[in-house]
Amino acid sequence: MHDLEEIIDQTSKGLNVAEIRSKFPVLDQEVNGKPLAYFDNAATTQKPQEVLDALNEYYENHNSNIHRGAHTLAARATDLFEKTRSSVRAFINAPSVEEVIFTKGTTDGINLVASTFGKTYIGEGDEVIISTMEHHSNIVPWQMLCETNKAVLKIIPVSDTGELDLQAYEELLSERTKLVAVVHASNALGTINPIKKMIQLAHERGARFLVDGAQSLAHLDVDVQDLDCDFLTFSAHKLYGPTGVGVLYGKRELLEAMPPYQGGGEMIREVTFAKTTYNDIPYKFEAGTPNIADVVAFDAALAFIRSIGKKRIQEQENQLLAHAVELCSQINGFIPVGTAREKVSVMSFTIRNMHPFDVGMMLDAAGIAVRTGHHCTQPLMDRFGLEGTVRASFAVYNTNEEIDRLYESLVRIAKRKN
Amino acid sequence: MPSIDAVQEEIINEFEILGEDKESTIYYIMELGDQLPEFPEPERTDENIIKGCQSKVWLTTDFRDGRVYYLADSNTDITKGLISLLIRVLSGKKAGEILNTDLYFIDKIGMGSIIGSQRSNGLAAMIKQMKLFALAYQSKIDA
Repeated sequence: MHDLEEIIDQTSKGLNVAEIRSKFPVLDQEVNGKPLAYFDNAATTQKPQEVLDALNEYYENHNSNIHRGAHTLAARATDLFEKTRSSVRAFINAPSVEEVIFTKGTTDGINLVASTFGKTYIGEGDEVIISTMEHHSNIVPWQMLCETNKAVLKIIPVSDTGELDLQAYEELLSERTKLVAVVHASNALGTINPIKKMIQLAHERGARFLVDGAQSLAHLDVDVQDLDCDFLTFSAHKLYGPTGVGVLYGKRELLEAMPPYQGGGEMIREVTFAKTTYNDIPYKFEAGTPNIADVVAFDAALAFIRSIGKKRIQEQENQLLAHAVELCSQINGFIPVGTAREKVSVMSFTIRNMHPFDVGMMLDAAGIAVRTGHHCTQPLMDRFGLEGTVRASFAVYNTNEEIDRLYESLVRIAKRKN
Repeated sequence: MPSIDAVQEEIINEFEILGEDKESTIYYIMELGDQLPEFPEPERTDENIIKGCQSKVWLTTDFRDGRVYYLADSNTDITKGLISLLIRVLSGKKAGEILNTDLYFIDKIGMGSIIGSQRSNGLAAMIKQMKLFALAYQSKIDA
């Protein structure tokens, strides 16, 4: 994971944000007559030129269906597709490439686990633990499973600062707990959860642990062997990669024991009308023609991240977050939501007496893209007694100048009602 | 009282003065909302919420001397501004006039691009509800 070249690269050069920005053509535009400041990175990041080029290059020169063809293009497309799998393996330090399954995204990965592992191993009276800060995609599949299999869903509470109540978590764990599914970093608040410790506690009780990594992989070093998680799921499009591609990592013994998810081509070994035998992992879980081009281009996104290094990405983002919080805290009427000690670069807030939609609309008019609403975390919003928040989420290409503009606009906006 | 079309022309002129700057336009729409008369608290009920709007919009009406009077409120300022424009055009007009009117000012001021497609659907829902009230009163007159 940390080859020498990468370490040297990370330590020898300062971060040149201007140079990084120049790789993102979409950032260089005006929106509503103002330069675009894109702060909706937790929803999806923009894509560097390398990713766009890789997509084009694939369709221009290599396009073919993978794994089955007898011709050169098919072999080339297969190699490119599998090269991404190797890169993903290294990216999360999975023990083997077979444990890396391509999905449509984080949601698809969670549904895969719920429909296979869940359906088989979580039965009547068994318990699944999630937390109050889960995205709907890590709530609803478990609700559906628990309803079908008559299992019980238990919820870890969240403190006023937006942190998980670990003592309550320990108390929720029981010999009936079969699975804990918790978000690594909250999309709505930015809170980084102490996932390693939580995994250890779950394992002590014999429960499996799924990490929703949708928001963490772009910011934090995630090593599945160090964490010892049983499943990790995340999306490429939040990692400077294309939409429609996700990854599910699962421990080999689990993936091998789990039944297939969807039936179709690719996932079979042999089909007769009497009996079908299934392919080995990871193909057992990859029915049908996958999203080849986007998987291939995802490799370029991973290379982009490697070229900067997670450490420097995190430093830049932490600095942006600190700058934003420092400035905005001075605004009369600014109410931060989620003030955990450990956070990824998400600043969630409300403005007193104002609806988040209005704030978002006024920011948009100033060329500033944020997200407003419940962020697909309605139970979390209910916990805070809020309909929604305004969320500014920062990526490595954002600048302090953009944050200054956010601050100046918010000063004007807040004055309307404060 | 000026005619519906006279008010529409007035609004078109105001938005022409604002020009292309979206920020000023949004702020202006919100200020219009601020000037709406206070909405009566007892009318803030679930039944009075217009369905199909992303934001909450409460609408209630009064029918006097053949004319329809609208009162509205919203939990978001931008929506309140939008409905205040509709009220300015339609409130106090005869039910028949409201039913037959073409609200051309909405396209003319480029509302679609100001508020986006989701809110445009909400705006359409508001207009529909306002016209439904007018229709109900008109059928009373006709009966």
